[in-house]
Amino acid sequence: MTEKQKLVVIGNGMAPGRMLEHLFEKAPDAYDVTIFNAEPRVNYDRIMLSPVLSGEKSFEDIIIHGDGWYIEHGVMLYKGHKVVGIDRKAKTVTSEHGEIAEYDKLVIATGSAPFIIPVPGHDLPGVLTYRDLDDVDAMLLAAQSRGKAVVIGGGLLGLEAAAGLKERGMDVTVIHLMPNLMERQLDPAAGYLLERAFEERGIKVITSASTKRITGDTRVESIELEDGTVIPATLVVMAVGIRPNGALAKEAGLSVNRGIVVSDSMQTSDPDIFAVGECAEINGNVYGLVAPLYQMAEVAAGHLANGGGKNFVETSTATKLKVTGIDLYSVGDFAEADDREEIVLRDANAGIYKRLVLKDDKIIGVVLYGDTGDGAWYYDMLKKGSDVSELRETLIFGQAYQGGAALDPSAAVAALPDDAEICGCNGICKGTITSAISSKGLTNLDDVRAHTKASASCGTCTGLVEQLLGLTLGDAYNPSAVSAICGCADLGHSDVRRLIKAKELKTIPEVMQELEWKTSCGCSKCRPALNYYLVCDWPDEYADDYQSRFINERVHANIQKDGTYSVVPRMWGGMTNSTELRAIADVVDKFQIPAVKCTGGQRIDMLGIKKEDLPAVWEDLGKAGFVSGQAYAKGLRTVKTCVGSDWCRFGTQDSTGLGIKLEKFMWGSWTPAKLKLAVSGCPRNCAEATCKDIGVICVDSGYEIHFAGAAGLDIKGTEILGNVKTEEAVIEHVVALAQMYREQGWYLERIYKWAKRVGFDEIRRQIMDDEEKRKAYYERFVFSQKFAQVDPWSERVSGKDKHEFKPMATLSLEAAE
Amino acid sequence: MNALTQTWVTVGLLSDIPIRGARCIKNGDMTIAVFRTADGRVFALEDNCPHKNGPLSQGIVHDGCVTCPLHNWVISLETGIAQGADEGQTLSFPVKLEGDKILLEVSR
Repeated sequence: MTEKQKLVVIGNGMAPGRMLEHLFEKAPDAYDVTIFNAEPRVNYDRIMLSPVLSGEKSFEDIIIHGDGWYIEHGVMLYKGHKVVGIDRKAKTVTSEHGEIAEYDKLVIATGSAPFIIPVPGHDLPGVLTYRDLDDVDAMLLAAQSRGKAVVIGGGLLGLEAAAGLKERGMDVTVIHLMPNLMERQLDPAAGYLLERAFEERGIKVITSASTKRITGDTRVESIELEDGTVIPATLVVMAVGIRPNGALAKEAGLSVNRGIVVSDSMQTSDPDIFAVGECAEINGNVYGLVAPLYQMAEVAAGHLANGGGKNFVETSTATKLKVTGIDLYSVGDFAEADDREEIVLRDANAGIYKRLVLKDDKIIGVVLYGDTGDGAWYYDMLKKGSDVSELRETLIFGQAYQGGAALDPSAAVAALPDDAEICGCNGICKGTITSAISSKGLTNLDDVRAHTKASASCGTCTGLVEQLLGLTLGDAYNPSAVSAICGCADLGHSDVRRLIKAKELKTIPEVMQELEWKTSCGCSKCRPALNYYLVCDWPDEYADDYQSRFINERVHANIQKDGTYSVVPRMWGGMTNSTELRAIADVVDKFQIPAVKCTGGQRIDMLGIKKEDLPAVWEDLGKAGFVSGQAYAKGLRTVKTCVGSDWCRFGTQDSTGLGIKLEKFMWGSWTPAKLKLAVSGCPRNCAEATCKDIGVICVDSGYEIHFAGAAGLDIKGTEILGNVKTEEAVIEHVVALAQMYREQGWYLERIYKWAKRVGFDEIRRQIMDDEEKRKAYYERFVFSQKFAQVDPWSERVSGKDKHEFKPMATLSLEAAE
Repeated sequence: MNALTQTWVTVGLLSDIPIRGARCIKNGDMTIAVFRTADGRVFALEDNCPHKNGPLSQGIVHDGCVTCPLHNWVISLETGIAQGADEGQTLSFPVKLEGDKILLEVSR
């Protein structure tokens, strides 16, 4: 076997991600792949940033390749490593952190940078661009003030940003240089309709407006236009275009114009170096929409795999605006000219505008506003250059009207030819989808997304894909079906939880029997969920089924990649002392524990312990007074605190003491997913309480209770639950909130997702305003703690589950001699 | 060199293994996981997931499969073959019950 070549990829956006998918499919063993990503994260769907901004999706929802994908394909991914130099002689690249990687082939995918208008004040804090997740996070932070925002640029991105900021409660004005919005994709009439739709949503639009300066002392305060108009603003978002990032390539001596010049095989002027994505320039064109970028990815993968394959061909790309409630579709060329004809349909009341531009009896441009259902049909004819003279009379009414066919919306999709493109982002045509549905037995949207990628990027073709599912499967397709808990059942989590209570189901076999499980004893998805629901709902009656718990909760330690375990003792509120530290040091020495680390939750983690040693480690820790820190549990983990009024000159209350009280009250409780708390002694918030599941900020007048924060896959500031006066009240409210979450959350659903699902106001109403409800939640939590607060380590030191920790037999080799 | 012969060795009692659970057998450098299913059958696999060598003995046992604790691959207890879209196979060993006794066939 020949040795693998080294492939280095600079950039981890959608184009190189897609390229690697194609490459691993075509030539899985050809390359060892190293990726340098200037952003500190995995590959995500950049087109979906707008739904993240508006709150319709979370970052988790838009991840394309999770960490597992890189591991699975043996890809070395350097996150947060910007490449600063390419040495073409030595064939190496160097990152800003000094990491050097050799390559046989190099792919540059440095994307583009947002264009910043060089007006005075453009560098003030509060002036942002809209490009990556960091920008979205910065906008979300700014939006918390509910202040005034100005978006400069009325193109696709600018409008999506404006709609998102409005959704987040800001007062938004859009400033656009040209007379009508999205002038590159829309004609003036559609631009006007769009402007009206934005005004109706309370977003102010100023067209033909040029920015003169941005003003403010320490941060942005207002923006001044050329005509003298001054608009106050606490946030300015510039979305006026992008500029390919070719600097690195240029320094390396590659040919760079607007972008990095590549041939139609995506090779730069150095044949061992490819460029894909927004940084690449082909035939004088650079691209920003996803379809051509994905085409580049496929072309580059083909040439990397075997030095051949397809070459890049330019096609026109359809544009869709991703603002909920505004349907807009445009493709092709729609400028007026003598040799062109147009067909226009307007329905002012319904807010519909359709315009087709024809040349020589062929469609060359399409603008649809308000009703975009026929976009795919028109686009198909445009791409093929079909002669439409026969259809001319009724063309504008859409596909459903052709030949007097009935007005069945799916008829239009049914009539599309097999090679009609359904998913523009991924270039997936109808035949590919329908044949995958029949041949692979797909039954729902997620299946189709997994197998074909259709509707897996921007999602605007979801409706079409669902219609294809309906057409292919007939009555077998049930679009409104709740997604089931797992493949073993038809019911979703909410129904299962409701029925466990309603039918008083008290064992896993009973649940499976009564709720018609399709497998004999469930699977690793449903069994832990059912076990949790039963533990939560019947604390005094249900016997915890350890064989339905994940290994970590079964052996009360965290499994590591090499099969060893890590152990975290509880340090109440993060406080410790010399006796405890000495005991830990002794255990580390005695058991030769290879690594000791401080955790983010103010605890000490001992890593690399052999499973057989766990009971003995716990015994020694137990003698020093330690109990399990439950760092492995879908349950209460840690209460992080600052030193508060005991020591800190700014502390307003005893945050450490309150944190310890909360932890002693709540330890041992199981929750749908892990639960992390923090208490900060003053609004400086050193315990970082505002990104926790539940947080408390002490203030002079009492305590501010926060909830539903996140600082993991998602980053999300907390929402305020309410203010209370005393420590007792804090405990009552926090515990009631935790119990409400315990009773309603879906297994593995963190509190911020649960809160979003049931509504923040509903939670405030039940916990803050409804004293009776709150006290009932509190009582149920207290009752369940009677059965939960048993230290699992000391139980095991006294011999419980001892089969877990030693082999059943050790075969001697003597018999073999 | 001696030819290897196959021998049945008693490794424990059925009651030593929790229902829907597993126990380990150390055989030189190799660890063999012996599983007990809900319907009282036993199976033996090398305690190594074909994916990233995760200890299968620590996984959740359901029907005739075990889910690896590291990355949730599902492995057939009977054949050692990865289920679903994943590809790979773990060594499996003949194992039988004589009354309550578990016998494992190993190369000697």
